Formats: sequence, C-alpha cells, structure tokens
Amino acid sequence: MRFTEEHEWLEVEDDLVVVGITHYATEQLGDIVFVELPDEGREVTKDDEVVVIESVKAASDILAPLDGEIVEVNEAIVEEPGKINEDPEGEAWFFKMKIADLGVLDDFLDEAAYKKLIS
Amino acid sequence: MADDATGETELKQTILNGVHHAQGAKMVPFAGYEMPVQYPAGVLKEHLHTREAAGLFDVSHMGQVVLRGPEMAAALETLVPADIVGLPEGRQRYALFTNEDGGIEDDLMVANRGDHLFLVVNAARKAPDLDRLRAALEPRRITVKLIETRALLALQGPQAVEVLAEHCPEIREMRFMDVATLPLGGAECWVSRSGYTGEDGFEISVPEAAAEDLARSLLGDARVLPIGLGARDSLRLEAGLCLYGNDIDATTTPVEAGLAWSIGKARRPGGARPGGFPGGAAILDQMESGAPRRRVGLRPEGRAPMREGVTLFAAETGGTPVGEITSGGFGPSLGGPVAMGYVPADMAGPGQRLWGEMRGKRRPVEVVKLPFVAQGFKR
Repeated sequence: MRFTEEHEWLEVEDDLVVVGITHYATEQLGDIVFVELPDEGREVTKDDEVVVIESVKAASDILAPLDGEIVEVNEAIVEEPGKINEDPEGEAWFFKMKIADLGVLDDFLDEAAYKKLIS
Repeated sequence: MADDATGETELKQTILNGVHHAQGAKMVPFAGYEMPVQYPAGVLKEHLHTREAAGLFDVSHMGQVVLRGPEMAAALETLVPADIVGLPEGRQRYALFTNEDGGIEDDLMVANRGDHLFLVVNAARKAPDLDRLRAALEPRRITVKLIETRALLALQGPQAVEVLAEHCPEIREMRFMDVATLPLGGAECWVSRSGYTGEDGFEISVPEAAAEDLARSLLGDARVLPIGLGARDSLRLEAGLCLYGNDIDATTTPVEAGLAWSIGKARRPGGARPGGFPGGAAILDQMESGAPRRRVGLRPEGRAPMREGVTLFAAETGGTPVGEITSGGFGPSLGGPVAMGYVPADMAGPGQRLWGEMRGKRRPVEVVKLPFVAQGFKR
C-alpha cells in the first residue's frame, strides 16, 4: 500500500489502482455522513477534485492522486457513509483508476514514511 | 483537510478542563476557550445518546451574571423586550438584548431568584453584554456581577431527571423553566430545568470547588455520556434553536427570527408596559405589519448537508438569490441533512420548494416547520 500526503491510500489490484482514505484521515474528519463519487468512465488529471466528503463537522475534497480513468466507484459507501469510519483502509475504498504506468506508484510514500508523516 | 484553526491569543480554560482531557476529548478553540468538540464516542453517538438517555455538557464558557438592586426587573426591561417584571420568583425566561435598529445583540436566559436576577449569556458576547448592562443599570444603583467562580453544567436527555434525582429527589418537582437552589454534590447549586437540545434536562451552576466531583460523579452513571460542542450544535439545530452569530445577529429582528413569542404581552401595544426597549418602535411595528423575511426550517433533498452560507434561489436555474442558510448540517436523529435560513415572507410557508447552490450545483430544499424533532420538555 502507498500513501499521499493528503491522507489517501493507493493499492494495485488487477492492474487498477484502488484509492481510499486512511484511518488517520477519518479520525480527523469525524463521523462521515455524505459522499459524492465521480462518474465511472471519467478521465481525470492529478489534483482534480473527484470526491466530496461531508462529515458532521465540515466538507472536504478528495483530489485525484494520478492522471487516469475512473473505472469503478464504491456505491456501498454512498448508501452507508458510516462504513468509511468503520473500515477506511479495507471495505470502504472510494474508486478504482486505470493509469498508464503503474511504476509511478513507487514515487508515493510507503507505510513507514506515511507513519512518520502523521506521527 | 485543513487543521482546526488554532487561536493566536492564549485560550482560557474552564474549571472542568481536566475532566475533558481525562475523558479523551478532542479540544478546540471556541469563543476564547479551549473546549471539547467531541469525545471518543464521536458526534453521531453523542447526539443520539443525548436523545435516548442523558448527556453531560460543560457550558462554563457562557457568562453567568447576577443583578442586584432596586427595581432590577424594571431596569432590565429597558434592554430586553421580555416581560421581566411579570416573571415570578423561581422561574426563568428566554430574552433578547435588542439594538436601536431592532436587531438582536444577544440572546440570554433570565431567572428570578428572589433577591437577584440570574442571567446566562453567550460566551462570545460576554464583554458587550456586560458593557450594556453596566451602562444601563449601574446608574440605577444596580450591581452587575460576572460570576467566575462557578462552573455551568448541562445534563440533557430523557433520563437526565432520574440521574439527577439520585443526588437530589426534589429535582423531580421542577417544571420546564423552573429555577431552584438545590444541594448537588455537597454544594449549593443553582438549577434550572432547561437546555439547548430540545430535550428535557437541567442546567446546573455549581461552585468551583465542587464542580469536578459533581461532573465525575454524573459521568460515573452508566446512563450519562460526555457531549462535546459538535453534538451540542446538531442537537440545537434539530430542535430549531438559534445560534447567536449564525441564525440571529445585530441585523436580524426578533420578528424575522420567529422569536416574537419572547416579547411579553405586557411589552406589546395595549400591554401594561408597551415598548421601552431598544428598537421598540421598529420591532412592534414589524409585529403589526409583518417582517419582509423569515427564519425557516429547511430540509435539503438527498443526503448532502447544506451548511451556513449556502445561497437559496427560487428556481433551479437563473434568478438572483432569495435567501441564505444560516445553520445547517447533518441531523443524526433525522438521518439526513437539516438547515435553517432566511427567506422572503412569501416563500416562508411549509412545503415551499427552493434551491440551495453548492459547489456550483443547485439542489432542491423544502421549507418545513420547526422544530425538526418533537420537544421533550416537562411543562
């Protein structure tokens, strides 16, 4: 698993990159009550606002971590946003992306580096 | 994800600061104080627990003020439109400080405690409120004293009465908006049956030396959870209660805000003491002729919360804004978004459809009756 400084996690699964937010992010956000996901098939550029999350406290944007195509989104978290607080780094992934070169993932933080960032 | 803004000036702490830290609270700056925004249970659970059982709030940041002197009730009536002269001993009433334009300078509670009046004002408004009180009352030989040696606790929820009755059975005899001096935690407490959640509950002014023990003892009851500012806000919003600075301020009148009920009959035209408060002519005139805009409850369709500052439109496309949301968020008891805001009087009827613009998209909202949840007051 790789991480961004914006508290997203990235994991490769069947040549796609699965994206979600970290435990640390959910602790900062508090109870999440609303999620808006991008349309499947949307081409995105790194740092595009792709997801809106609303917690009991405030609204936050999730930015696309990479250039690519959104090929699948997790409708289950739209129905039950509370799942994101329960299992953010597992069941409550946000979307899957197709990217040109999976090698770029090496440029992101590994677990040790991310832990250092949030400590 | 922006971090919470940290106060630049030194934050004050309430008497119960140590209790909050011991309970694992997340602390934030609020009105010049370091206050708990949530505890480990989180805002949703804290909110629902208060509606189902009982929640303990530290509201010691609010201003507790004692007025003593000759004809203090009549004197206070020069600042507020509420009927204070007619407030019986042992009773409390909601009041507003108004300004010359008919706007609202603060909202407060006024209790008649026999030889003195006890006021509770908003934390962020303490200084201007004290200035206003001193300027108007001291020339009338009335002393205005800010009480800084007592904590203020609120125990709210349907089980609050039974929790407190274990400390003091007389609690059960109190009705909504009664005030009494009762022994709690071995100290003389000033108790009122009131609150800011829409639930039955009590507010307890407790001497400094006994405050921590009383708080710990109440939290030791399995029915009680500590509740932070996050749930305090969602509870009061569902109850349709105004937050000063959001839903009411110096530019909103009591009539626009739907708070004209707090203007006593005696203070209205034809009453025993009509007018005589700041902005009286403008406010009483507006009561007669109607306000151009009204505070209303709003239910956004779908799940997206609409927060303060969201602009309201009369149509899905085009047109100019007709109003604005002043408080909004997720209502845990309703399981969906709830909001309040101001709209033109002719769009203030329940069932009126409007659109709120967020992130460049207009989403439908419906004007609904307040409160969003049934009140649990013991009248």
